[in-house]
Amino acid sequence: MTPYHRPPRFNWWWGHRAYSLFMLRELTSVFIGAYAVLLLVLVRRLAQGRDAYEGYLQFLSSPWMVVFHVAALAAALYHSITWFGLAPKAMTVRLGDRRVPGVVIVGANYAAWIVISVILAWIVLRG
Amino acid sequence: MASPTMTLEVLRYRPGQDHAPEFQSYSIPYRDDWVVLDALNYVKDELDGTLSYRWSCRMGVCGSCGVMINGTPRLSCAAFLKEYYPRPVRVEPLNHFPIERDLVISMNDFMQKLPTVKPWIIREDARPLTEGEFRQTPAQLDAYKQFSMCINCMLCYAACPVYALEPRFVGPAVLALAARYNLDSRDHGRTSRQDIVAGPEGVWECTLVGECSTACPKGVDPAGAIQQMKLASALDWVRNVVLPWGKR
Repeated sequence: MTPYHRPPRFNWWWGHRAYSLFMLRELTSVFIGAYAVLLLVLVRRLAQGRDAYEGYLQFLSSPWMVVFHVAALAAALYHSITWFGLAPKAMTVRLGDRRVPGVVIVGANYAAWIVISVILAWIVLRG
Repeated sequence: MASPTMTLEVLRYRPGQDHAPEFQSYSIPYRDDWVVLDALNYVKDELDGTLSYRWSCRMGVCGSCGVMINGTPRLSCAAFLKEYYPRPVRVEPLNHFPIERDLVISMNDFMQKLPTVKPWIIREDARPLTEGEFRQTPAQLDAYKQFSMCINCMLCYAACPVYALEPRFVGPAVLALAARYNLDSRDHGRTSRQDIVAGPEGVWECTLVGECSTACPKGVDPAGAIQQMKLASALDWVRNVVLPWGKR
């Protein structure tokens, strides 16, 4: 007798909290990708000269672009925070015979995030 | 006072008789010390002897009785009716596996994938038994112990959407067992497992949904094992491709 195969539902992630949160985390990459494209265009406009650059800045300050950037920031935060939460799964750090607890690894990720952000902010904002 | 009852809905599939699986409802007595397996046994003994399902130890050791209970992969011997009463309990065969009959799934795919990662201790040196055992410190045991608790119940496969969408994926339990032996201080076989572990059917298929570890009834963390092996495989690549002079 041939066994019966139940194909997975196309919307397998719908109606299941953990699967839906996973899909949400995956979808954040769309925002990150779109943001990266905007950033690359910004560099290109900068190379094209002052007029092109200022025109692009004007485009970026339109209400829809502001809404997009807020959404992209939220997506980046959701992605980063959920990944930091998963970091102890990938990293088992041992000091001598003892395993470093997961909260320390998560904390180290946050600390590195803050330090790098402060350095970048200093480089960008120092005028 | 009449004894309380509850509804047990079971997905039935009788090959050669049914075109597709269908739910069948049974009214069963509710007892707060019964698990879902007790309810299935009640149906089999008292209501419908044609119902087929696997079970053996009734104590969460053998790994035979895994089913979907209200959409979640669980051992039917470890899921109490009182967790669901008075709502109905819906029992289905494990997701992502072909159904042989009723709640009995075909485990052929898992059984074929399991030996591909050589889940046994591989030594470079053969040593006679007379020379005694290979000794380990508690820390060396601790490095792999949780991964050795797997009972091959396949709940993690039923929880893994990647396994459903990419049938070549060797899956959580097989990779957790590969990690169990890779992390064992007595083992020298990591290189011979890498073809599968770091190959197209291995760890890189995993997108870290993480539900395999949630589903595991024995506290094994297959998602952790897979991420650790991703990290180790990436470091192999750095050593072999980016820094070939660092190759040992």
